[in-house]
Amino acid sequence: MKRRDFIQLSGMGLGAMMGASIPVLGNSVSVERLLEPAADAAQKKKMADVALNAARSKGATYTDVRIGRYLQQFLFTREKNVQNIVNAESYGVGIRVIVNGTWGFAATSDVSTAGIAKCAETAVAIAKANSKIQTEPVVLAPQKGVGEVVWNTPIKKNAFEIPVQDKIDLLLKVNSEALKNGAGFVTSNMFFVNEQKYFASTDGSYIDQDVHRIWPTFTVTAIDKAAGKFKTRDAISSPMGMGYEYLDGLASEKIAGPNGLVGYRNSYDMVEDVIFAAKQAKEKLTAKSVQAGKYDLVLDPNHLGLTIHESVGHPTELDRVLGYEANYAGTSFATLDKWKTKAFNYGSKEVNIVADKTQPHTLGAVGYDDEGVPCKQWDIIKDGILVNYQATRDQVNILGETASHGCCYADNWNSVQFQRMPNISLLPGKEKLSVQDMIKGVEKGIYIVGRGSYSIDQQRYNFQFGGQLFYEIKNGQISEMIDDVAYQSNTQEFWNSCAQICDKDDYRTFGSFFDGKGQPSQVSAVSHGSSTTRFNGVNVINTGRKIG
Amino acid sequence: MSVILTEAEAKALLQKVLKYSKADECEVNLLGELRGNLRYARNEVSTSGLLINQNLSVQSSFGKKVGVATIDEFDDASIEKVVRRSEELAKLAPENPEYMGVLEPQTYLKGSGYFESTAKMTPESRADAVAKSLGLSKGQNLQAAGFLENRNGYTAMINSKGLFAYYANTNVNFSLTVRTDDGTGSGYVIKGYNDFNKLDTAKASSIAVQKSLGSKGAKALEPGKYTVILEPTAAVVLLENIYFDMDARGADEGRTFFSKPGGKTKLGEKIVDERVTFYSDPQHPDLPASPWSGDGQAQGKTKWIEKGVVKNLSYSRYWAAQKGVKPLPGPNNMIMEGGTATLEEMIKSTKRGILVTKLWYIRPVDPQTLLLTGLTRDGTFYIEDGKIKHPIKNFRFNESPIIMLNNLETLGVSERVVSTESDQSYMVPPMKIREFTFSSLSDAV
Repeated sequence: MKRRDFIQLSGMGLGAMMGASIPVLGNSVSVERLLEPAADAAQKKKMADVALNAARSKGATYTDVRIGRYLQQFLFTREKNVQNIVNAESYGVGIRVIVNGTWGFAATSDVSTAGIAKCAETAVAIAKANSKIQTEPVVLAPQKGVGEVVWNTPIKKNAFEIPVQDKIDLLLKVNSEALKNGAGFVTSNMFFVNEQKYFASTDGSYIDQDVHRIWPTFTVTAIDKAAGKFKTRDAISSPMGMGYEYLDGLASEKIAGPNGLVGYRNSYDMVEDVIFAAKQAKEKLTAKSVQAGKYDLVLDPNHLGLTIHESVGHPTELDRVLGYEANYAGTSFATLDKWKTKAFNYGSKEVNIVADKTQPHTLGAVGYDDEGVPCKQWDIIKDGILVNYQATRDQVNILGETASHGCCYADNWNSVQFQRMPNISLLPGKEKLSVQDMIKGVEKGIYIVGRGSYSIDQQRYNFQFGGQLFYEIKNGQISEMIDDVAYQSNTQEFWNSCAQICDKDDYRTFGSFFDGKGQPSQVSAVSHGSSTTRFNGVNVINTGRKIG
Repeated sequence: MSVILTEAEAKALLQKVLKYSKADECEVNLLGELRGNLRYARNEVSTSGLLINQNLSVQSSFGKKVGVATIDEFDDASIEKVVRRSEELAKLAPENPEYMGVLEPQTYLKGSGYFESTAKMTPESRADAVAKSLGLSKGQNLQAAGFLENRNGYTAMINSKGLFAYYANTNVNFSLTVRTDDGTGSGYVIKGYNDFNKLDTAKASSIAVQKSLGSKGAKALEPGKYTVILEPTAAVVLLENIYFDMDARGADEGRTFFSKPGGKTKLGEKIVDERVTFYSDPQHPDLPASPWSGDGQAQGKTKWIEKGVVKNLSYSRYWAAQKGVKPLPGPNNMIMEGGTATLEEMIKSTKRGILVTKLWYIRPVDPQTLLLTGLTRDGTFYIEDGKIKHPIKNFRFNESPIIMLNNLETLGVSERVVSTESDQSYMVPPMKIREFTFSSLSDAV
């Protein structure tokens, strides 16, 4: 199998933001190699049939095969220097079978007929061995074969076709603007991912998909050397299921926020954002420290997305609810008995949260999941009530449903697919409401923008979130920038304090590009849409400390 | 060719790679590893796997232009191709002003992290080890979810100045969460060794079972400042955030905890209690580590914090040249010196306090002060008059490990422990800390 490498990001400004490291899957290759076409569909169908037939002849009652070519291009810069450019390719086959009601999985980079057949036999042998200690057979929701189909992320500019030099020029321009506008240091990065995946199963599906994702980001640091103080501000871009056109910076996709702030919908102006960022990081050095207490919070979509991810996305993953993640990520407070009452008020009546794998421009959007299920949208929280979960084919029967939700994903051909989060988004308010109008109604509050520090317990009750920018609201107006803010709450209490949601004109997506789950850990990418939302009476703590 | 090469085989392969080089300088890194795992949940095996990695990475340079290419096939044609590709990439690359050239040959300490017992592990031995664990939970209305992972691997490097380095090691980690059927109790254990013979999954599992049963019926205690006893599994996830920060460049640039007003660093300053000493040592008998760093520098025994004073910060070769000091690579392991107290003695000497067995979801809140947040998990207990009185509900904390080590009361005996956050192994003692700040309650079990 191919190498799974990690780029350590400590000292690159992203360490605190994304955990310890960035996973690189595969071998480093030339830029030109990234543009070479994958095997054509007819060739991949032939390879898939080798696996399906080999597994069937050895006794598998179900088989699926994923032929995957995973491409990554990552660029890292700091100040005037290019630190690293990663071009990586990973190519191989993963085969999953059911024998005696038990799963078996094997993968290989040997894509010859003999290699694929041998891999299928290994998967069958593993399933047979595991079936000896299995007591409950796998129950797979039926899935009609979809025949030979194709799905591509609707991109306008393939990021892999844009010359590396153009990308470096943009990043170094971003860095120079940051330094010009008061930053002491700046790191800027771009991440591009292309999954060329072919799925086939004994249900009669042959699905060819070409999936693109992009994430441009930066961190600026402002320093007061004399005082020994430093503050950072991260980009408020969002990772997207888009091509390089996300970096066009279209004026039509900008949303004017309060206090001169700008939000970005489906087009990002990286240079504009870094100029704001450098000035704001400097402003943070002298911003007033927050007075701890209860505040009404007005949360920008680029901040609220992470709160949705942690407090709604993860607790409604059915595998967590059932205990499959107990030893690592944890379980969930949103248990089946609460759901069965049909009256568990997860949030206030304003709260409508949908799971979705179809919304254009999002990280979760694909045509079919990694077990061949066509993608759809469904309700998770309806008028405040918990109504459903996120499930795969072998789980959905527990909910009394006969069709999978399409939530199966593997981060590579050599990883086994399992339940991963679809886009989980808060629907906008139905009545016309701008952020400025929302703020007018707040007497004592804080307006929070951007993703900051985050932590939540293993059953997703108690959480604490920071942010990038904090503004105090007094009597309906923003008074000044403040700092050292984090809010702590309990998930159910928090969502029940949801008082108002801005309308669809303010709706944007936030994204998580490297969301970790499972042992061994796999990453996935997921979006969370929302409009600016108000939560009343939330507990805010002061995170400033004095040492020495 | 087998995936795991001996020192002689690795050297022969690397010398062959170098022969193809036409660059000014060339450095080649080689890695081979076998990783087996078995995962279980709800008292049943859920997934299992075997991962085979082998990788050859060639770095070529022309002046300060550097290119890297990698490959996982080692036939002559593939090797020549990867060398050529790295040279092409180097020629196209912009100059890297921080490139320092390859190192002269170094002298290394002897490595000692390889154990045949672990290298020989099979799917059957993993299943046997897990069966011993499952046997304990199945009979007692308990739900077990665990993960056993073993690794057998080596790394080697060579460069065009004649440097050669090789290190083989093995590792096995076992972690287990045991929950009561009614979901009101939860206990955890994690153990890691180089030598599989040292892993007793039944004994380890009994710790998780005991904590699971003992944590049933937890009572709520008011958040606030408490004396805490941190078991090593809890302490390490806070302490490692100090280790991660001990780099000179960030400190010199004024953007880490180790920076000081006026543009200086905290090097030479006392920052924590004088009983605190951290050092790295590749030859530590309980925590062996590679005797060379990723760029080929020799690793020796190094004091990082001695008697509370910052003795060293790591300097990359580039930053050391900028500052006119000797380079010092970041450590490959970290040992915190302990005291003599046992956990039982620490509990006995506590009038009123809290025993914390595990911490979870640790995230930095303010890098300026190393303020961290997170929660207690899988067994938290109230201590009164020298005895564990009852389990308590979990807390969220906001605390800096620096403040914590200034409030040190007692240190126990240092032991090997795996960080549940980073998966790294360390030597850490249990410790008693006064005025540890818990900021809110959690309903999570």
